[in-house]
Amino acid sequence: MTIQAQINGKPVTINAAADTPLLWVLREEIGLTGTKFGCGIAACGACSVHIDGEVMRSCSVAVGDVAGKSITTIEALGTEVAPHPLQVAWIAHEVPQCGYCQSGQLMAAAALLKKTPTPSDADIDAAMTNICRCGTYPRIRAAIHAVAQGAKA
Amino acid sequence: MKIKRRHFVFGGVAIVGGGLFGISAMQSHETARAAQLTAKAGESSFGTWIKIASDNTITMYSPHIDFGQGSHTALAQMLAEELDADWSKLRVEQALADSAFANTPLVAQFLTNSAQIPAMLSGLAESTFGMLARMKSIQITGGSTAIRFTGQHGMRVVGAATRQALVATAAARLGVPENELTTANSIVTHAKSGKSLTYGALAEEAAGRSLDTAPTLKARKDYKIIGTPTPRIDIPAKVNGSAQYGIDFHLPDMRVGTVMAAPIRGGKLESVDAAPAMAVAGVEKVIKLDDAVVVVASGYWAAHKGLLALSPKFTDGGHGDLTSASIFDSQSAVIKSGKPDNKGGSGDVDAAFGAQGAKLLEAEYRVPFLHQAMMEPFAMTGYHKDGKLDVWGGIQDPLGARDALATFAGLNTSDVTFHPMIMGGGFGRRFPPYSQIIEQIAKVAMQVPYPVKLIWSREEDVKQGAYRPQSMGQLKAAIGSDGKISGWRTNYAQFADAESETVFPYAVPATARNHFKYISNQVDAYWRSVNSTQHGFYNESFIDELAHLEGVDPYQFRRQHLKPGSRHLAVLDEVTKRANWSTPLPAGQARGIALVESFGTVCAHVVEASLKADGTPKVNKVYAVVDCGTTVNPRNGEAQVMGGIVMGLSTALSEAITIDKGAVVQSSFPDYPVLKLADAPQIDVHFIESDAHIGGLGEPGLPPAAPALCNALFALTGKRIRQLPIGTQVSA
Repeated sequence: MTIQAQINGKPVTINAAADTPLLWVLREEIGLTGTKFGCGIAACGACSVHIDGEVMRSCSVAVGDVAGKSITTIEALGTEVAPHPLQVAWIAHEVPQCGYCQSGQLMAAAALLKKTPTPSDADIDAAMTNICRCGTYPRIRAAIHAVAQGAKA
Repeated sequence: MKIKRRHFVFGGVAIVGGGLFGISAMQSHETARAAQLTAKAGESSFGTWIKIASDNTITMYSPHIDFGQGSHTALAQMLAEELDADWSKLRVEQALADSAFANTPLVAQFLTNSAQIPAMLSGLAESTFGMLARMKSIQITGGSTAIRFTGQHGMRVVGAATRQALVATAAARLGVPENELTTANSIVTHAKSGKSLTYGALAEEAAGRSLDTAPTLKARKDYKIIGTPTPRIDIPAKVNGSAQYGIDFHLPDMRVGTVMAAPIRGGKLESVDAAPAMAVAGVEKVIKLDDAVVVVASGYWAAHKGLLALSPKFTDGGHGDLTSASIFDSQSAVIKSGKPDNKGGSGDVDAAFGAQGAKLLEAEYRVPFLHQAMMEPFAMTGYHKDGKLDVWGGIQDPLGARDALATFAGLNTSDVTFHPMIMGGGFGRRFPPYSQIIEQIAKVAMQVPYPVKLIWSREEDVKQGAYRPQSMGQLKAAIGSDGKISGWRTNYAQFADAESETVFPYAVPATARNHFKYISNQVDAYWRSVNSTQHGFYNESFIDELAHLEGVDPYQFRRQHLKPGSRHLAVLDEVTKRANWSTPLPAGQARGIALVESFGTVCAHVVEASLKADGTPKVNKVYAVVDCGTTVNPRNGEAQVMGGIVMGLSTALSEAITIDKGAVVQSSFPDYPVLKLADAPQIDVHFIESDAHIGGLGEPGLPPAAPALCNALFALTGKRIRQLPIGTQVSA
């Protein structure tokens, strides 16, 4: 079927079976490979994107359900000249190790800060449920707090 | 301790001791070929791994893969330090999968050249020898070897020798003595005359000189880059989605396949009716392999649906009765047989056990299979065209992968090119001998006329793992009338002999470590920190039990068995100081301690734990003190230790691969739970700089985590954990 949606601010026409997960459309049809495949069952968060501003795990969202919606992927979280503050903090805190889960971590963190600009540790615990096997969690927490503090100042 | 001269076998070639450290390992005929492979017009090669361009940029070719451990940055730091290179103009590239870039000659020479191994390094050499001898691969990233060997004995030496050649060239050209020249930021300067020459201007002529095989290396006090926190060069591409991992590779006209192998390891594909898969839109081909079925389609989703539609029949390979419990039963039986396959230790433990007045303690510890759970499932792209096979993917030994691909494809190695890509984790999983995807992509690519990318599902990843072996340790010790351990025996059952990789730091007059070989249908694989995980758990749990038996504080008891002035003692003292060991915690919290040496690095943790409302453990804080000799990039070193602790705690708390009816029970993250952010503790990492040979950092932070946590839980609840994972043992 044909689906019209906005991806990273641009209108796109997608030709795919309606049950195809958004993840595979992004990666294989659109060529946006920053969104990662981790488990396919919404358990790890590597595929997190924003759909109409909400963080969603794109491996478990059928492309047929995103018609008319606005999707943002890691590639458009910021730009080269104006990176998202979290991207700046991720570099400053040297968060990524293997880096594979970090697109999803950043998308989850960005959604958190949009709703809760100065999150508590408990807020971060509740929102950041993406798996990182390298164990970068202490630095993820520190980088989120740093951005929140910067936002307050 | 004296190292015996050994035959060191790689790929069937025995390398016997002799030769020099450093450059000589790289000044073989391979050096010239490496130059051919890398240097273009206006560029000059030095050693195997660097080239200098006329515009003064320097490129380092890393034989190691960086999968987040920061080795590319640290190796570049070590090179730049000795070369006095301009850091802003230094680039790092991944070396090709070619023997010209193999790092094993270096490691092999280091290990086999017993005459040149100082006594203080002997333990290091022993432990690495054991691992490498089993890897039999030659362009490896593993065993925490990148910095210890390639960096210390490769990059630093080549950097210093290249700097010397550049200085000599400048001296000749300026007609001044070498000792009047200084180097900094890739420029040679003659202060007296005010003249200077860039490395780029000197490189072509300098490359004609033979490099000094034993150049003078800088003293630690003169380091400007080594030991200075340096931003990792790979990070920016990992925050905007631009980093390209193996799974991201794309070719025009490419198809995507996915695979299901026999659920029982060792089983074969008996039959499969391809029709249900072929009926799925987008599916193009069903390929039968010896032990697996592959569905190739226009994209992953169609391939996945096609695979799910199949009902393949597999044999059980004769393993259909195997369970986790039967494995432990067999391991008990093999230990009971009393006939070890390998023996280590010294002194008469039986005499110590039989001595009058000796207090005896015995305990059995059990650990499960563990999965690496790398976040990027296996993915490789293969394209066979005109008799040549090209493969793209992430692997911990690109050269080994190329050889294996050639074997499985039935091609000459010269007709196979392996293109190493960034890896989304590895932790030991991505070594060629048990990366089944290598055989699969080779065989699939040979059967189709188009490029094909094979992607494993997470379920395949979990079920077809190459796990840290399920194993058992039966420990026995005697405490003499002086309150000190007089004899210690470890009988352990697992596939491989762990003697060379397990450092016992305590001064005990009689020790015995007996290995009883046990083989199941599962692959005996590497898993971050390898044997140090289970043996660290056995030893550090048991010494804690002995301390409590003797009624001595666990820190003090360990202390009494460590040599004054030793690295172990310094690390233990520092970690207890930082953790305020002698100051009690509030009610409901307790501390545990553990000390493990692995990969040449001594590491101790103090874990602070409490219980959650449901009675399961909560880790609140971990103090880690690490002596790896020199810390090349401290901030990244901290990240490595933190990551090791998180992984170690995750496995201790809840990870286990179990076997039922010969097959793996778990299938994905819900039943193989990996620790999440909410359960990650605060972590305080401190490095002790020492004169010890530089040690590894990718792995040593992990092994003390589990025993330190279990020891804390004993202090908290009186419940001794002797089988991992902890699960609900404390709350039950």
